[in-house]
Amino acid sequence: MSENSLAIRKFSDLANPTRFLALADRVLPWFAVATALFFAAGLWLSFTTEGDYQQGETVRIMYVHVPAAWLSMMCYTVMAISALGTLVWRHPLADVSAKAAAPIGACFTFLALVTGSLWGKPMWGAWWVWDARLTSVFVLFLMYLGLIALNRAMDDPARSARVSAVLVLVGFVNIPIIKFSVEWWNTLHQPASVLRLDGPTIDPEFLWPLLIMAVGFTLLFFTLHIAAMRNEIWRRRVTSLRRQAVRNAGREAQAL
Amino acid sequence: MIALFFRDLKLSVRAGGGTMIGVLFFMTVVAVVPFGVGPDLNLLSRIGPAMLWIGALLASLLGLDRLFQAEREDGSLDLLLMQETPLLMTVFVKCAAHWAATGLPLVIASPLLGLFMNMNELAIGATMLTLLAGTPAITFIGAVGAAVAVALPRGGLLVSILVLPLAIPVLIFGVSAVYAAIEDPAPFLPPFMILMAITLFFAVIGPVAAAAALRHSAD
Amino acid sequence: MRLLAEGLSARRGEDLIFNDISFALGAGDALVVTGPNGSGKSTLLRVLAGLLQAESGRLRIEGGPAEFAHPHELSHYLGHRNAMKRELTVRENLSFWQRFMGDSPGGSGVDIDAAAEAVGLAGITHLPFGYLSAGQQRRMAMAKLLVAYRPIWLLDEPTAALDAGADRLFAALVTAHLERGGIIIAATHQPLGLGSTQSLQMKGFTH
Repeated sequence: MSENSLAIRKFSDLANPTRFLALADRVLPWFAVATALFFAAGLWLSFTTEGDYQQGETVRIMYVHVPAAWLSMMCYTVMAISALGTLVWRHPLADVSAKAAAPIGACFTFLALVTGSLWGKPMWGAWWVWDARLTSVFVLFLMYLGLIALNRAMDDPARSARVSAVLVLVGFVNIPIIKFSVEWWNTLHQPASVLRLDGPTIDPEFLWPLLIMAVGFTLLFFTLHIAAMRNEIWRRRVTSLRRQAVRNAGREAQAL
Repeated sequence: MIALFFRDLKLSVRAGGGTMIGVLFFMTVVAVVPFGVGPDLNLLSRIGPAMLWIGALLASLLGLDRLFQAEREDGSLDLLLMQETPLLMTVFVKCAAHWAATGLPLVIASPLLGLFMNMNELAIGATMLTLLAGTPAITFIGAVGAAVAVALPRGGLLVSILVLPLAIPVLIFGVSAVYAAIEDPAPFLPPFMILMAITLFFAVIGPVAAAAALRHSAD
Repeated sequence: MRLLAEGLSARRGEDLIFNDISFALGAGDALVVTGPNGSGKSTLLRVLAGLLQAESGRLRIEGGPAEFAHPHELSHYLGHRNAMKRELTVRENLSFWQRFMGDSPGGSGVDIDAAAEAVGLAGITHLPFGYLSAGQQRRMAMAKLLVAYRPIWLLDEPTAALDAGADRLFAALVTAHLERGGIIIAATHQPLGLGSTQSLQMKGFTH
């Protein structure tokens, strides 16, 4: 290993997590406040706008369901970028980020599934239908749980980080295949209606609350993610202090 | 490389190896199905291909966690990692040997089980062909799980949990190719081609990722 | 050929195991690494074998075959475990490693019978490896060093399970390898019975 990368390593080992902690302390309140504001506005809009003439009041579930589904995918993307950071740049915060993101992503995915199911009952007459999108989100949920299980099963953070980063990336490469195959397998769901080249087909009446809720959810994700990363750094410091205490005890015993 | 292939083959055929267990598990799983859904021959012949595929999927995951763990326990993994031979090739050959020892017997056993499920010749042939094309993909993607869980004492179950979601596309296209073959309107070739494409894709991505995970899990 | 290590350090997890280790070994040199448990002997050997990445420092070969980037490709590593399969016979095990490893340039391995002869276990190569006693298994693992030629031997506690007779036998193997111009790095508690060797005392790194 060259002197250069050693310098980077030293620099990032000492300066980065500490600087990150300081930064986190400063930005977290702002993020939290912004999240609260967007949620307040989003929820107010969600409940005051008109219901859909076909779907009635249940359309309001969309304001939670769709952002949660977006976030479930964005979170995996964040994890994949972090995994790349771990493997390629060996950035010490990258694996903290990936590890912290997994449970949050699982929660958003779970939220998307639950709200989807609640929405599905009045719309399709069943709590669960094996439609393509629900199914692929369910597979994504399983992948999150697998990754969390893997992270918990390994004790050495440095090693588990790189190994689970490999798995995150393999999963990331596979997501399009899974999505494609599940769509081949079955499709009942309505086609994507917001992100289309010819402009949104959704009524602006629904679009505004949806977008505001989406921003709110994204801010919520970053708030939780930064907080979780901070906790993870603290947890690691506690662990290394404990290890050191054990070593010191061993030395004192030898000295006696 | 050939030496590694034959060594792994020998190991899985000898006592304690996975070949017999895999086939027996496959037969047991498929044999249990009629007890669950009833002895209705029409129903069995309809769900037969799917059951065969699910049985084969589970059976090929069975011995997978030992793929690298056994090597690690006796220290062989260290030597495999040290050689001038690219680790990628070593992993690929180990996967090939594992498939030849556990996947291929499943393919060979599938016609017999197809008869139990009251499938006709065409369905049996199509199932065999798709299993032949699809099971290597499960081995390759499973190698990633095996490499990731190599250092874990109870990695076996975890490997299945990690690998099964990734193996869903293989199952989907395998089964839909079989149904396309027996039900007239749907064309057989597109899903079968996609199945082979997935296998080839995993044959690249699996060894690459497994080699990376093995390199990083050395201690 | 010379093996040079400059300022090696390694860590496991958060802990620095050793720091700034340098040595230079020429053909026919041996380095004996000693030190108490946990002082990083095994870690050093695993770094030399390329199984662990060094935290800092450089490891290189001078005057060796040009196409080998890292010394581990020219090395044998005998770790705590024997790297032999219990289900296969001794001959199958040895012939697998012989074919899989191949010879490094500049030498060739002996055949399996000769290797078994050299470790004093000529008659039993047809038996499954699992049937052998612990000492015999260790000796067969040493026979593995002979079937494929590698100029550098990295030995981690090579004589742990051996009696005095096998110790002498092993010392003879080591001496023969050094006379052929090989390089040996061994981590051990006991003296290997070698004549002129360098030694490296690991103290264990403390914060």
